[in-house]
Amino acid sequence: MNIIKSQKDFFSGLMFLIVGGGFAYGATSYSIGTAARMGPGYFPLLLGSIMLILGAIILFSSIALERPNRDPVGSFAWGPILYVLGSNISFGVLLVGLPSIGLPSSGLFVSIFVLTLIASKAGDKFVLHEVLILGAVLSLICYLAFILLLKLQMPMWPVYITG
Amino acid sequence: MDLISNLMLGFSVAATPINLLYCFIGCLLGTLIGVLPGVGPVATIAMLLPATYALPPVAALIMLAGIYYGAQYGGSTTAILVNLPGEASSVVTTIDGYQMARKGRAGPALAAAGLGSFFAGCVGTLILAAFAAPLTELAFKFGPAEYFSLMVLGLIGAVVLASGSLVKAIAMIILGLLMGLIGTDVNSGVARFSFDIPELTDGVGFVVVAMGVFGYGEIIFNLSRPEDEREVFTSGVTGLFPTAEDFKNMIPAVLRGTALGSVLGVLPGGGALLAAFAAYTVEKKTKLRPGEMPFGQGNIRGVAAPEAANNAGAQTSFIPLLTLGIPPNAVMALMVGAMTIHNVQPGPQVMTSNPQLFWGLIASMWLGNFMLIILNLPLIGMWIKLLTVPYRFLFPAIILFCAVGVYSTNNNSFDIWMVAVFGFIGYIFVKIGCEPQPLLLGFILGPMMEENLRRALLLSRGDWTVFATRPLSGSLLFVALILLVIVLLPSVKSKREEAFVEE
Repeated sequence: MNIIKSQKDFFSGLMFLIVGGGFAYGATSYSIGTAARMGPGYFPLLLGSIMLILGAIILFSSIALERPNRDPVGSFAWGPILYVLGSNISFGVLLVGLPSIGLPSSGLFVSIFVLTLIASKAGDKFVLHEVLILGAVLSLICYLAFILLLKLQMPMWPVYITG
Repeated sequence: MDLISNLMLGFSVAATPINLLYCFIGCLLGTLIGVLPGVGPVATIAMLLPATYALPPVAALIMLAGIYYGAQYGGSTTAILVNLPGEASSVVTTIDGYQMARKGRAGPALAAAGLGSFFAGCVGTLILAAFAAPLTELAFKFGPAEYFSLMVLGLIGAVVLASGSLVKAIAMIILGLLMGLIGTDVNSGVARFSFDIPELTDGVGFVVVAMGVFGYGEIIFNLSRPEDEREVFTSGVTGLFPTAEDFKNMIPAVLRGTALGSVLGVLPGGGALLAAFAAYTVEKKTKLRPGEMPFGQGNIRGVAAPEAANNAGAQTSFIPLLTLGIPPNAVMALMVGAMTIHNVQPGPQVMTSNPQLFWGLIASMWLGNFMLIILNLPLIGMWIKLLTVPYRFLFPAIILFCAVGVYSTNNNSFDIWMVAVFGFIGYIFVKIGCEPQPLLLGFILGPMMEENLRRALLLSRGDWTVFATRPLSGSLLFVALILLVIVLLPSVKSKREEAFVEE
């Protein structure tokens, strides 16, 4: 990896190159039209191409230009990523259920506790009783704010209990 | 006096007891959420948007105004107390604000920020009320070519102020524009880049992008850093109010900041941010009075001036928003999103077709500002206490509020999956050093830009020179070009990088 002078620029250049190329390529499947009569593909093709060029420039400069420090990207924080996003997804699954696999809704309060439990795993310290208290406090806040005050429509209790 | 009667109309619409209550609640919620470390005004507003959905338009807008000011002030609070700028413009506040806090003068710093903002907000409101009408006339002279060029200028303005690499910021804007195009094309009805997913034919929700990229992305990044790097500073706050000496120092600074902010805020594309930086630079250039703290070590002027400039700029940045419908920054972009949800399409029509709403909005902005000062001055001590809550309790709460907020936008679980996707994307952006703010601006402007580009070229029969030959459009593009050249000049470039090192 010695030829890469800036890791951050290298990878962002690569990202812009690929995503720009992808958008430009995807745009060609829609009608392009002319400047006077643009089809749905015209603007995305234009932007995608510009992004592809910019990506190439960034990529090139990351190899060509000397930098004081190599802007290392560093390791990915897979733990926090998995716990944070996982808690979000499980919240969604539990709140509305997954009809495709026949999982019914578990309601707001169960979802809150599960989210709190999973998300807290991402922190430095995990103390079960603290997390449970946090879940209870958040449930109360959510009930007051979203259900009572804002009257949002969402299931509160598991349907398999309330029927 | 048109100005007075218009403002009176506005206040008669906005200042009903029930609206004031909504404003108060909005302000309270905005401050409460905005004061959380790691949650900037953009995330705060995004999160609290759903709270306004059920209200009638005027009430919703006034609550939004409260949320807006609450969030802004909450952001400044964390900038001062914990050295965590919630948004780019409070970066400047952290420089002297945090030093004041470390010297136990967090109270005066917070009060200076609040009072400075309030004064600037009042002046900004008057300017907004006085100049919105003439500028609206100008807006009617804008054809599609002018709109397109103005958006180019706005986006270039956003680039100029982004830290880090210029090319990357432009690429991020384009990525945002492209993401904004996802969904059904209005002209042909073709669903673009939707991968045959029915939910995507409506496009990607703004709230989803904002919360994923800013909320979740930030949280993951915060958690991946060792605890001591994000440690909050809470101990030893003495004296909640500025002394007479402080006032003497801060009043001229606030006046200068307000003047700068009012002028620069009108520019589309991060005017308020530019104002904050400019105000700090001006203060640094003025001579220190005997016995005054040097800048960078806790000078109260270094807090008051940029905060005033930022707020005055935020106020006058409503001018391009309300008259031309162009959001000058990410927060304003969110406000446009919110207004659209309430069937208010910001633009020159609002003022003529719905004057009550227009002036009501301006009045509610002032009320939000006013509410903030009554709410927050007495509560400064309490906000400081809130920050003693450990991060490990804060972030699950933030995730929860994001998830509930996203779900309630459309009552659709698809958005919850999408926000997870964007959370991951947001984390990648942080890792590879790409700033998400320009992306958000592009995302909002994408469909608008395409629409105006299409119209302009349709009218000119495909002749691209129309953008340069129409005088207004040509001069806008010229200004954009000059901005770009200025940033590329080596001397400015190094200064700009220096200015952002503080981050």
